[in-house]
Amino acid sequence: MSATPHLIWLLLGVGVILVIATVIGEVLRARIAPDGGNPVIENLNARISAWWGMVVLLSLAFLAGRAGVVLLFALLSFSALREFLTLTAKARADHWSLAGAFFIVLPVQYWLVWIDWYGLYSIFIPVYAFLLMPVVSALRGETKSFLTRVAETQWALMICVYCVSHVPALLTLYIEGYEGRSVILIAWLIFTVQLSDVMQYVWGKLFGRRLVAPQLSPSKTWEGLIGGVMTATTAGAALWWMTPFTMFQAAGMALAVTLMGFFGGLVMSAIKRDKGVKDWGHLIAGHGGFLDRLDSVVFAAPIFFHLTRWFWT
Amino acid sequence: MAAGFSGRAITLFARIVTAPRAIWSGIEPLPKQRVYFANHTSNADFVLLWTVLPPMLRARTRPVAALDYWLKTPLRTFIGRDVFNAVLIDRRPEERAEDPVTLMGQALAGGSSLIIFPEGLRNMTEEPLLPFRSGLYHLARQNPGVDLVPVWISNLNRVMPKGEIIPLPLICTLTFGAPLHLDEGEEKADFLARSHAALIALKETVPA
Repeated sequence: MSATPHLIWLLLGVGVILVIATVIGEVLRARIAPDGGNPVIENLNARISAWWGMVVLLSLAFLAGRAGVVLLFALLSFSALREFLTLTAKARADHWSLAGAFFIVLPVQYWLVWIDWYGLYSIFIPVYAFLLMPVVSALRGETKSFLTRVAETQWALMICVYCVSHVPALLTLYIEGYEGRSVILIAWLIFTVQLSDVMQYVWGKLFGRRLVAPQLSPSKTWEGLIGGVMTATTAGAALWWMTPFTMFQAAGMALAVTLMGFFGGLVMSAIKRDKGVKDWGHLIAGHGGFLDRLDSVVFAAPIFFHLTRWFWT
Repeated sequence: MAAGFSGRAITLFARIVTAPRAIWSGIEPLPKQRVYFANHTSNADFVLLWTVLPPMLRARTRPVAALDYWLKTPLRTFIGRDVFNAVLIDRRPEERAEDPVTLMGQALAGGSSLIIFPEGLRNMTEEPLLPFRSGLYHLARQNPGVDLVPVWISNLNRVMPKGEIIPLPLICTLTFGAPLHLDEGEEKADFLARSHAALIALKETVPA
């Protein structure tokens, strides 16, 4: 069976949600601040219109098949890595290793995913980049903050390239009885994790009182977390019929990826705080940078990949 | 036409590499005559500043650049003179026919805005900002109606340090501060110190 009908249902569903969100956003603006004077409503509307763009882009990638998905996530990795490495510690001596991160490590990782060489793409960055990149920096002879510099660069690669590449890697999983439909796994993962983010925001804005981590983020509340994770887990379970999972398995998977997504947001907030910034970048209006939108997927994707690979292939 | 196309190609390339972000913190991007003065760490500084200006402003903004660098090869001459319409000044006092401040004044009289680097040369030191040359003061004295806008360019020195060939695609931020004018009776040294402080104060507002 082909992936197409299920994918179209999912995209149509997301389209309907976005239409409703757009209408709500416009009504709120017209009722409360038609002059665009309410920053929360303006940010909400900017977020919704950015969501339209992201959904259209993702749909086009799905339509283009494996090449489109691998290329899209390689470009997302590039943008994320640029945001991350803009903030990390570096010296002039790191110029070659940083150039290598962008122009060698990133393309090679995605090429390995493209040719489905699991044995190498699963260790290429944690072993080969990990050992060889510091050598390139060391050969240039600058020792000041050496460990900080190489550790932050390696972190950037793990987060922005290694973890993100596990999204298109889902296409390489062979699940019996599910041939030709693995793109649905990506759509389901992104839908569930992002829905959790959105619903955490909505529940938090409506009912949020108690902060989960006051030192990390003023917007993450227990009410938002529980409401968002429950909503997204229910939605993920309700879509079990398009996945290789049973309804209970889908609920368990959805719970795992939404919790990982939440942890991702938490860890990435800690890094932003440490570096003294509010957002990773500025290219997605209303959201901030690519990493601000991807942080939950980054943490969820490798776990989802390995759980699926372990239990279903 | 070739120049217009090259201009668009260069700004596109700058956008792809550095995803530059303009923060208009002290002034709005309006079509008024201005002198943008910025810190200078790379030959690409004015390209980036020019790139983040709205197209309407960009067409009327001319960088002030060193003649000895930009007339060295035919390609540089094409980029400097035809694409960016640079006001080319001679840094060698003994050889030049025209005084740089006079040339800049002529460009302002023609209705253009200017991009200048008052440090006078690329900053290769650990200091964030070198002392200013006096050109900025003379411009302010001779053109009291023109806004002098400080612009702090961050990170570009890391994108392409001197001697490197491959640019790193890091995000650059350009912060536009509040405009300055010469106060009545203000001495040269005082004005240069004040404009120097205004530019370096923008650095503090940029993260990392």
